[in-house]
Amino acid sequence: MDLKELYQEIILEHGKNPRNLGKFENFNKDAEGYNPLCGDKVHVYLKLNENKEIEDISFEGHGCAISMASASIMTELMKDKKNPEVKEILNDFLGMIKQSPELKSELIKEDEKTKLMSLSGVKQYPMRVKCATIAWHALASAMNYKKDENDSEKFV
Amino acid sequence: MSINDIKKEFPIFNNKIRNNDLVYLDSANSSQKPQVVVDRIYDFYTKEFSNVGRSIHYLAVAATNLYENTRTLVQKYINAKDKNEIVFTKGATEAINLVANTFGQKHLNEGDEILLTELEHHSNYVPWHYLRKSKGVKIKFAEMDENGDVTLETIEKNITDKTKIIAITHLSNVTGAILPVKEITKLAHSKNIPVLIDGCQGAPHLKLDMQDLDCDFYAISCHKMYGPTGLGILYAKKKWLEELPPYQGGGGMIREVKKEGITFGELPNKYEAGTMATAQVIAFGESIKFINKIGIENIEKHERELTVYGEKVLRKNNSVKLIGNPKDKGSVLSFTLDGVHPHDIATILDEDGVAIRAGHHCCQILHEKLGLSATARASLGVYNTKDDLDQLNESLNKCKKIFS
Repeated sequence: MDLKELYQEIILEHGKNPRNLGKFENFNKDAEGYNPLCGDKVHVYLKLNENKEIEDISFEGHGCAISMASASIMTELMKDKKNPEVKEILNDFLGMIKQSPELKSELIKEDEKTKLMSLSGVKQYPMRVKCATIAWHALASAMNYKKDENDSEKFV
Repeated sequence: MSINDIKKEFPIFNNKIRNNDLVYLDSANSSQKPQVVVDRIYDFYTKEFSNVGRSIHYLAVAATNLYENTRTLVQKYINAKDKNEIVFTKGATEAINLVANTFGQKHLNEGDEILLTELEHHSNYVPWHYLRKSKGVKIKFAEMDENGDVTLETIEKNITDKTKIIAITHLSNVTGAILPVKEITKLAHSKNIPVLIDGCQGAPHLKLDMQDLDCDFYAISCHKMYGPTGLGILYAKKKWLEELPPYQGGGGMIREVKKEGITFGELPNKYEAGTMATAQVIAFGESIKFINKIGIENIEKHERELTVYGEKVLRKNNSVKLIGNPKDKGSVLSFTLDGVHPHDIATILDEDGVAIRAGHHCCQILHEKLGLSATARASLGVYNTKDDLDQLNESLNKCKKIFS
């Protein structure tokens, strides 16, 4: 186990300077992710147009470097994405954190994959997995996705 | 006994954590177990096991005696007047639930007030919360001051003629504040209000004397006292245990059961329904003997010295902010580190074998007041040394370096 794998440069940088932080005025969807274990909260705001495209996205919250960095990277990635793509990326990321060694979706560019994979260090720290996924669950809830009956880390 | 000798009694310290010696600073959460306690559980199951208080065969009688011996040891340890004032529960949580439930049923009505403090652990708030719905009672919180203390004056200010019970912590598991529980009890009794003390952090660290303290109820968590999990103790004055209704129904707590009606058993059986945590109770007797062998006064002295040392070390570290500066402080060091979230601190410290707790420590009301969602906490036990606190500080510097 290596702390450097968990606290990669990308994570520390995003944790310190999160992108898309703060509520914006004309959001029309929002949801809160909450980790009862630690009390950390991430609130995701979306402006979703009639084509179900994310025109704008931001988050508010307090939490550890992992949860803040994950929310920051997620909001960067999801801006301008459309509904079925959002779900595919979300499931791909959650699947990677849960078990898959890599990201499979072709919708994610190589440099974006590098950023997302920087969060894979949590796999070695089971108590920290929730930190990496809290924002993603909030996004799923804001998008009204339903959880797969047999897999709590997959949305249908 | 020297601390090194005491530490040798705890087998956990023979293990390496990620190739490091274990620096265990999470005793407020749960303490480690000495070999004698572990052995007692093994011996009981391998040589002496039987259920207690029911059968009359050899093993059953012997087990019953062992079980009751612990009750007597606890009675002496806390200087209770009567051994039947000691009730075994599944934890301090159940002890408080027992009082909230039975006292609430019998004595609380709509508009009555329960007085807690902002320091309380969730286990001394949530059980009372249910009475809001079922009885329409009001819960008040005596305010914590900027030092992390709740003073006698604040308690007094919050008492009204509607106050029916006061339930307070003995020692805060976050700020370390030791409350003036004797004075609070005296004040409450002058107004005919009974007092429950959550002694989870008091019992492992402070000398107790129930007759001198005079409180009505005192809840104890055995796993924080070098004892097994799954076991707690409710001390309650005999008059309450006789007067209040039973809590749970089941075997062992009855006198006579008929289709038309049921009569309940004598104390202490009335509150010990079903097969109890027998092995844990018997092993907890060894925990008390272990504490007695060292002397609770010596444990308290050692931990107080270490707390002062720990505060000194952490104060020198400019990035650390200690939480709470109470007048009388137990062995709890809560803190924040500039620019590093407590969870990140805990993960990085863990890499060095340093075990602390990060989060709200089951005290969300208190953290809301502090304006923090989480803090880091190092808490001490009899086995800790100054070296442990130096290592804590060194590992905190490592956190700073990673996040610089």
